[in-house]
Amino acid sequence: MKRRDFLKSVSGLAAGVLAPTAPAIFSPARADARSETLLIVSEGGPNNLDIHGIGTNVPGYEVSWNCYDRLISHEMKSGPGGVPYYDRDKFKGELAEDMNIGDMSVTFKLRKNAKFHDGAPVTAKDVKWSLDRAVSVGGFPTFQMSAGSLTKPEQFVVVDDYTVRVDFLKKDRLTIPDLAVIVPCVVNSELVKKNASEKDPWGLEFTKQQTAGSGAYKVTKWTAGTEVVMERNDDWACGPAPKIRRVIWRMVPQAGNRRALLERGDADISYELPFKDFQEMKANGKLNVVSLPFSNGIQYIGMNVTRPPFDNPKVRQAMAYAMPYQKIMDAVLFGLANPMFGAAKDKPTEVAWPQPTKYVTDMEKAKALLTEAGYANGFETTISFDLNFAGVNEPLCVLVQESLAQLGIKATINKVPGANWRTELTKKEMPLFTNVFSGWLDYPEYFFYWCYHGNNSIFNTMSYKSPEMDKLIDGARIAAATGDTAAYDADVKGFVDLAYADIPRIPLYQPFVNVAMQKNVTGYQYWFHRRLDYRAMAKG
Amino acid sequence: MLTMIGKRLLFAIPSLIGVVIVTFLLTRALPGDPAAYFAGPAATKEAIDQIRKKLGFDKPLIEQFVRYTYDLAHGDLGTSLTTGQPVAAELRNRLPASAELTLLGLVVSIVIAIPLGVLAATRPGSWIDHLCRVTTTAGVSLPVFFTGLVLVYVFYFRLGWSPAPLGRLDVFYSAPPTVTGFYLIDTLIARDVEAFRSALGQLILPAVTLAVFSLAPIARMTRASMLAVLASDFVRTARASGLSPGKVIVTYAFRNAMLPVVTTLSMVFSFLLGANVLVEKVFAWPGIGSYAVEALIASDFAPVQGFVLTMAVMYVLLNLIIDILYGVIDPRVRLEG
Repeated sequence: MKRRDFLKSVSGLAAGVLAPTAPAIFSPARADARSETLLIVSEGGPNNLDIHGIGTNVPGYEVSWNCYDRLISHEMKSGPGGVPYYDRDKFKGELAEDMNIGDMSVTFKLRKNAKFHDGAPVTAKDVKWSLDRAVSVGGFPTFQMSAGSLTKPEQFVVVDDYTVRVDFLKKDRLTIPDLAVIVPCVVNSELVKKNASEKDPWGLEFTKQQTAGSGAYKVTKWTAGTEVVMERNDDWACGPAPKIRRVIWRMVPQAGNRRALLERGDADISYELPFKDFQEMKANGKLNVVSLPFSNGIQYIGMNVTRPPFDNPKVRQAMAYAMPYQKIMDAVLFGLANPMFGAAKDKPTEVAWPQPTKYVTDMEKAKALLTEAGYANGFETTISFDLNFAGVNEPLCVLVQESLAQLGIKATINKVPGANWRTELTKKEMPLFTNVFSGWLDYPEYFFYWCYHGNNSIFNTMSYKSPEMDKLIDGARIAAATGDTAAYDADVKGFVDLAYADIPRIPLYQPFVNVAMQKNVTGYQYWFHRRLDYRAMAKG
Repeated sequence: MLTMIGKRLLFAIPSLIGVVIVTFLLTRALPGDPAAYFAGPAATKEAIDQIRKKLGFDKPLIEQFVRYTYDLAHGDLGTSLTTGQPVAAELRNRLPASAELTLLGLVVSIVIAIPLGVLAATRPGSWIDHLCRVTTTAGVSLPVFFTGLVLVYVFYFRLGWSPAPLGRLDVFYSAPPTVTGFYLIDTLIARDVEAFRSALGQLILPAVTLAVFSLAPIARMTRASMLAVLASDFVRTARASGLSPGKVIVTYAFRNAMLPVVTTLSMVFSFLLGANVLVEKVFAWPGIGSYAVEALIASDFAPVQGFVLTMAVMYVLLNLIIDILYGVIDPRVRLEG
């Protein structure tokens, strides 16, 4: 064989091998489609397209947020690093073009040009039906509505075709913000009622599989566990027309592959990657990596205060001095978190949440406190964590275990499978554990009401009860509703100080939400729900 | 023959009933409370109880079982809580994805392993025998997810030859209308050559990953069985009669060496089908393995039960096919219950 023939045959062979795997762009139409399509890759996908459904998971919230409209939403402001960040205190109309807050009610005037995806106009009876549904279906949506004192269908009144009034049961500062979260979304009542049954009066089975809203996007294809395809609703009336025509959201379970897809430029945006990957991607600068703190969120070490040894405040303080704070920040989080420890000794308590404690790692002090409490030789305990978040929780618990060993405290690590974690928390029997709590509504008293109040909600994981604490939290809630700033400030400072002196849970850090995207993807906004809002995004 | 097949199927019924009972009890014995899991991170105790009631988990176990078997008899495998879809429909959609991948992996593996095994047996101690030993040892000792990740790293990330590991088709192609559920066949039926190429491109790396893993048992079994047959009297007779080496090996020795190989193939196939979870995870492949594992993690009973049942049925059918194949390969083997 001549050399030339050989080369020919080799290149022919190579072409033959490569042909089936050549890049996907064969035709110009397809290239166009690519520039107007946003390809998202993430680990998990939705299990239900309706946030009112039974057990809708967090990815399902993202679908609801983009495919349904609410009466009101938040304005944007400039957040840390110049990233657009939702403005907790400023509301704008979404389906409502006017909001009029009275003493014991709020009245909304609806946009007359808003239409559902099937072309039916959005009217006041749809709004009432949807809000009735949210407070009636039970489970998470009903719980979330009650956080804003929205509990009874009688509270939602149709005034005329395009006017709705929401009556307050009592004065509550959280009522209006609670109407801007994901849950009070407006559903196409006629369409859903047609597909409801006696057993399922709210049509949850129907909306589980398809979107029936008026939002900027609609789901055109959903293969559970594989992909969600959403198309832009060109008739969307509640804001500027979105730039992205199509959103393809693929589930890629392997974190390494998600990173490879991003770095090769095949995927546009991803979250849920290990911190180390985010840190490396940030450093090499090929992609845009946004890291923002969870609003109103803290990862903490909790202690069950109902039984020894953690019923003794001295032991709890000793634990707070024994935490390897900085090691956790460096080795577990690669710096991607806000420290919630080590505030300056003379720093006054602020009217803000979250804020750092004054604790630092000080083994001498911890040892002294333990001796004082009568545990000079330490004790045995178990430290539990949720395996669903093992990437952070496992190294964190190992570091804590090592640190406690220096005090003679023998902590066995107990890994709880994700499916079990909730059950374990409800039982309130774990002596020592790590967990995250973050509230959608960004108010200190909201956080404290769920996490420290003596009514012992599921998030008061420590079973902490203190009449003094309850008085301060209730006081702050009342002061907020009546606008008594001085009393409010005093109460907030009071409960923060008490929480840090009594220290039933040790704040470690405020976690970050990390999102990596291609440089040509713009318009990322941070929302309280920490999911993507496609409406503002663009590919340029 | 048909009565034999019928008889065999009849014998399978008690084992299937056993599988139904055992999976039901095992899934109930799983730790974790699905109601608490699905109530979401912000649920109160009442909310969890409400969900438990809705899902029917507050009823006694025996009542749940009666309801389950009743539904099963009507072809209803229940609904998955994690994906929100009926289990039967999901398995129907996902089984072809796993089967296509596994079959292609197996074909690639057979094409390499059988000639390798035969050659190794005919020339024991030669370089080809050593090659056979080295590849099979390497194949079994490399975990599948590792092989998969290395292949993705080299052929996708570094060289860019392979398409993005994003499942069965490139994201910008739509799936062909379902006829068989096998994309390679369906795209050809739909005469969509671009989609066929894309589907094939997506299949190559995962199929090779599976093939590398399954090479060892097939090649080793072929080699061992060939060695035994080549040493037997009839081969000596054939050789003594002056038949050409090709005829002796292919017509006489190979056919007789096939029986244990076919048994191994059936085992490898069923094993791959259930155990390619890791490959499915690495390549974001929408197969039944990853489906079952995800359901297991969420203590989602219905898909786990459906998966185990499907696998049991497939084992029964596979064994039947292998038994029939035996008869074809070796007429002396009779199908008997």
